[in-house]
Amino acid sequence: MIEMKGICKTYRVRRREAGLGNALKSLFSQEYTEIPALRDMTFTIPDGQILGYIGPNGAGKSTTIKILSGILRPDSGTCIVDGLTPWEDRKRHVARLGVVFGQRSQLWWDVPVRESFDLLRDIYRVPGGVYRENLDRLTTLLDLGDLLKTPARMLSLGQRMRCEIAAALLHGPKVLFLDEPTIGLDAVSKLKVREFILEQNRLCGTTVLLTTHDMQDIDALCSRVLLIGKGQLLLDGDTAQIRAMAGENLSTEESVADLYRRFGI
Amino acid sequence: MRLYFKFFSIHFRSAMTYRASFFLSCLGHLLIGVNVFLSVVFLLDRFEAVSGYTLPQLSLCYAVILAATSLAECFGRGFDAFTRILAQAQFDRIMLRPRSLFFQVICQDMKPTMFARLLQAAVMLVWAVGAGAVTWTPGKALVLALMILCGSAIFFGLFLINACICFFTLEHVEALNIFTDGPREYGKYPFGIYGKPVLLVLTFLVPLALVQHWPLQYLFDRGPSWYGLLPIASLLFLVPCALLWRLGVRHYCSTGS
Amino acid sequence: MGKYWSFFKMRLMAGLQYRAAALAGMSTQFVWGTMEILLYRAFWLEAPERFPMGMEALSAYIWLQQAFLTLFALWNWENDIVESVKTGAVSYELLRPTDIYSMWMARSIANRLARAALRMIPVIAVASFIPAPYGLRLRVSPAVFGLFLASMALMVLVVCAYSLFVYSLTFYLTDPNGIMVLSVAAADLLGGAVVPLPFLPDGLRQFAALTPFASMQNVPLRIFSGDITLPEIPGVMGLQVFWIVTLISAGYLLTKNGLRRAVILGG
Repeated sequence: MIEMKGICKTYRVRRREAGLGNALKSLFSQEYTEIPALRDMTFTIPDGQILGYIGPNGAGKSTTIKILSGILRPDSGTCIVDGLTPWEDRKRHVARLGVVFGQRSQLWWDVPVRESFDLLRDIYRVPGGVYRENLDRLTTLLDLGDLLKTPARMLSLGQRMRCEIAAALLHGPKVLFLDEPTIGLDAVSKLKVREFILEQNRLCGTTVLLTTHDMQDIDALCSRVLLIGKGQLLLDGDTAQIRAMAGENLSTEESVADLYRRFGI
Repeated sequence: MRLYFKFFSIHFRSAMTYRASFFLSCLGHLLIGVNVFLSVVFLLDRFEAVSGYTLPQLSLCYAVILAATSLAECFGRGFDAFTRILAQAQFDRIMLRPRSLFFQVICQDMKPTMFARLLQAAVMLVWAVGAGAVTWTPGKALVLALMILCGSAIFFGLFLINACICFFTLEHVEALNIFTDGPREYGKYPFGIYGKPVLLVLTFLVPLALVQHWPLQYLFDRGPSWYGLLPIASLLFLVPCALLWRLGVRHYCSTGS
Repeated sequence: MGKYWSFFKMRLMAGLQYRAAALAGMSTQFVWGTMEILLYRAFWLEAPERFPMGMEALSAYIWLQQAFLTLFALWNWENDIVESVKTGAVSYELLRPTDIYSMWMARSIANRLARAALRMIPVIAVASFIPAPYGLRLRVSPAVFGLFLASMALMVLVVCAYSLFVYSLTFYLTDPNGIMVLSVAAADLLGGAVVPLPFLPDGLRQFAALTPFASMQNVPLRIFSGDITLPEIPGVMGLQVFWIVTLISAGYLLTKNGLRRAVILGG
């Protein structure tokens, strides 16, 4: 169970003007611009749900993910993930969490994927039996087979993403954050990734929080969607509701675009 | 500890994937180190001694600094190259893993090519001992080991300070190289020969003289034996370093990047 | 010529952007200079009669060395040139109506001048206020100072011609890094960075003087400090010219031939 209540976060960005004089001045007095990233964000995700978290760029999606994963400390509000406050209890919290960033790798570039996995086993202190079981299951479901012997830098994007997802699940986390997992993938890989996420959710009851710009991901996976803009929660519902709100006979993609316009975000 | 060696083996094998460039950068480090020592050799060839130090004694002195810096650079590389870890958002990834942040940064990056310089330090040390730089006692051997270990701890602390400042500036502050690159080069002579102001700074501010100049006085029978224990006192330097690290992490958690 | 000039200006402006790096560089350069002088001072106080050059001359040498470090340091390679040759991307340069060697030359000179321009002024300014014999003083006649400026210009050409010679070798080697690493070490040893050339032992000193590395920082710095006297100047500057001609010819031919090969092989 993930609970977020009244979370606010404001970034202070240092203003720096060009010129040597200003550079020197900034050594003594700093001017800050305040950028609110999240304003009173409140929602609850029950166990075993696949939740789509959507919004335009800069809406506060990655800030939310960072707070939920304990990287960032909010200014105010409470957040409890399975009984723990992420930024207070970082180590215990992240041991039960899997995170995949579509744009970044967590595999070691020059060694075979299998060795990265073994290292992750040691980092997460996964017992040998559990590890073997998880690895076997992930290898079959994600069709990793020969990929395990290949260094990560030689994998195609689609192959790498499958390995990244496996890497995030080796320690059997109860909660999985996926940040744009299908970005840049070809059609076949996308389908494979989606199929796997459903399968993982069904078999292990993993709670999945998915951020994406690809509405087909949302259509295929999410039973519930949170739409946010300018740091606020604008809509909480399922895809049918989104389409209904936009009226007419629009696809999810068109409906979301319509909502973005309507909310002026 | 076992995990640390696993990381080390991964870094080592990654480096060996690009074998040619691995050996070339070993060679590069080695040539730089040799050149530094050659400058000592050329001057001693002309002057025979400086402030009473002979060439074998200076060889021992440089070997200590060389060993200390290369150990620190090999194992503290993660902090030395911390801007890269921040820039590539690797620190976020580190925070997502259930291990101590400090330990993970150490594991994030290592520099196995530094073994070339460690080798050079060993050769110079052996030569210095053979050429009679010191009349040995068990105590002196122990002090020598202390100098190298505490020396690398101080350099490690300096890298840590650099890294902490990166949390705030997000870029490497070059001026801080004065205290890392500088002593690595100028530690070829006991810091005392640079005059009193330098010696004072390196005794009380950045206590590198406590692992080099002062215990050397004891090794060369030029000072009282308690000088030999000063390397232990130098470890006090690590306290503010550790506090700064905690401050940096707190700052990172409240600002993101 | 015009296009090389505008390219040159563009590079120069780009280089001047890095104020923060220059500021930091200055402070480190200043500390290095101080340490270096304190170090030689210890030897000088010990046995001034064994000093092969005057302390004033040595101080001038060290301060100029720090002020112009980025101008002559061989380790300031243009890595993207090497990369473009290694990957074959250099063939695209043929699409431009310019001579690639001249382009590289303009670029190398501009990069070096831009990096040095900001750093040198404060180092020189501060160093000239340091009391003798540890500060920077002009102790030679205006005529010799003119020759110093000329040999500085020649020095930049030698350094760039040498760098371009190494880049041109990249066409023929799988990995030029070996040559680069060795060049840097050799230049440090034989060019007066490890110790100024007069401090080298006999034999090595005479040999070093003949290498292209001695035609780099060694010549102008010692002319300025008065260590190379007027009668000796034509000889050392002649040697600089010799190395410029030799290295440019070699680099030019190797580049031309290498490019032809790269095009035939299809990049």
